[in-house]
Amino acid sequence: MKKAELKSLDLATLWRGLTRPDPAGTDRVVPPTGFTAQLTVFSAGAMAFLAVFALALALATGRLAERWSTELAQTVTVRISAPEDQIDEQTVTVMEALKTTPGIAEAKLLPDEEVEKLLEPWFGPDVPVEALPVPRLIEITEAAEGFDAAALRLRLQGEAPGAVLDDHTRWRQPLVSAANRLRVLGLVSLLLIAAASGAMITLAAKAALAANGQVIRVLRLIGARDITIATAFVRRFTRRAAMGAAGGTALGMAAIWALPSMDQAGSFLTGLGFQGWGWLWPLLVPPAAAAIGFAATRWAALKMLREVR
Amino acid sequence: MQNLSFGYSGNDPLLADMSLTLQPGSFHFLTGPSGAGKTTFLRLCYAELLPSAGRMTAFGQDVRGLSRDGIAALRRRVGVVHQDTQFLDHLPVAENIALPLLVSGEQVDMPALGDLLAWVQLSGHARAMPPELSGGERQRAALARAVIMSPDLILADEPTGNLDWDMSMRLLQLLIELNRSGKAVLIATHDLNLIRAAKQQVQARVLRIAGKRLQLAGADL
Repeated sequence: MKKAELKSLDLATLWRGLTRPDPAGTDRVVPPTGFTAQLTVFSAGAMAFLAVFALALALATGRLAERWSTELAQTVTVRISAPEDQIDEQTVTVMEALKTTPGIAEAKLLPDEEVEKLLEPWFGPDVPVEALPVPRLIEITEAAEGFDAAALRLRLQGEAPGAVLDDHTRWRQPLVSAANRLRVLGLVSLLLIAAASGAMITLAAKAALAANGQVIRVLRLIGARDITIATAFVRRFTRRAAMGAAGGTALGMAAIWALPSMDQAGSFLTGLGFQGWGWLWPLLVPPAAAAIGFAATRWAALKMLREVR
Repeated sequence: MQNLSFGYSGNDPLLADMSLTLQPGSFHFLTGPSGAGKTTFLRLCYAELLPSAGRMTAFGQDVRGLSRDGIAALRRRVGVVHQDTQFLDHLPVAENIALPLLVSGEQVDMPALGDLLAWVQLSGHARAMPPELSGGERQRAALARAVIMSPDLILADEPTGNLDWDMSMRLLQLLIELNRSGKAVLIATHDLNLIRAAKQQVQARVLRIAGKRLQLAGADL
């Protein structure tokens, strides 16, 4: 049989058949096949669960990359390491220079308590900061228009030789790049999950169609149109894929929701999740799974019907 | 069909140069030894097979030109009683009989279905599953399914092959009743007693496949 002879199975016709109610119960012509039904529902559910996590990873790493590239790009530190008798003077000089530098919104000298907090993870809570040659830290918040880092560096070298301008570029760039790559990996994972779901549903549909070859032959012999036969199978598999995916998505969203919040644990992994409207993204997974089920079963049905006149 | 030939392999036709017209209300038997091509002949009639040569026309349309939907429409006008009955074992008998209506999107008239079940004496088996039926009951159910769409032509492939004489006669009576209501009937069989019994009640032409060709038989029956 030529492909052109299966015109009645074009997507639009099949979609209309799929969305139309089935009061006569035409779908019952397909025998209930326990194994393939369970396989499809389970595969779709498991894949949807993984898809939710991949989506959460992609969104979280996207947010992380954006935060690091914007927030950190606007925060620059000046570190002053100088002999004890010069450090106060150089600090004042640096603060004055920063105040007169265009493109700097704010320059804030970190108080000893904050420096202690920064050192706490390495030296413990009772660190005697005054006994250590700890450099002074000035945190600069960049204005929107930015400032000329090279010019400022030269000026500081001349006015306060112990001051070093650190714009974090050296360590920020690899982190932003890593976060961006993680986001790409998350998106690639989503594509792979979609492809694997399609493959699994296709296999299950093919197995069901092959097992029902005799049913299809009988239906053709009594005058069933291809669209009627294909719709019965496609409707069943699309529903199973959608139902399994809905369950998997719900479980995945619940698992993401149950993760400890950033404030409680404060590490990268706890940032994995959805924020605000981002919670709507996973709701696209069941329709996507249904679409995959629809396409996969249609393909398998076309292949099978080509073998039956 | 006109000068129709058919072969499963290229150079060796099973059926050759056959010509036949089935008129409305006609009654035909098709005989011939096993392997002569009776089932193949019937499969050509409902377009499951296409002729290798010659022309096959059904209800005014060349079957070669029919689309797949066209073939489905043709099969709704041809009721077939297959040798192996071919039911969907997961559906009860009544639903199997109503299957042609179901797949055509037509409403099932339950009283009419009840009458049909009574006509083939299966009223008590409406909810039974096909594997629970005896050979005769399966053949009668297959006949009911074949006629539920009120087809113009009824083809029966060895319908009494596995039945005892009484059951064969009962099935024959059903087919004769259908013929009297105006349906064309073609029965493939090698049961000469069945043909003799039928000829006592209806005007039946007997065709024979011999030497790959279709011949008119009857005088010797």
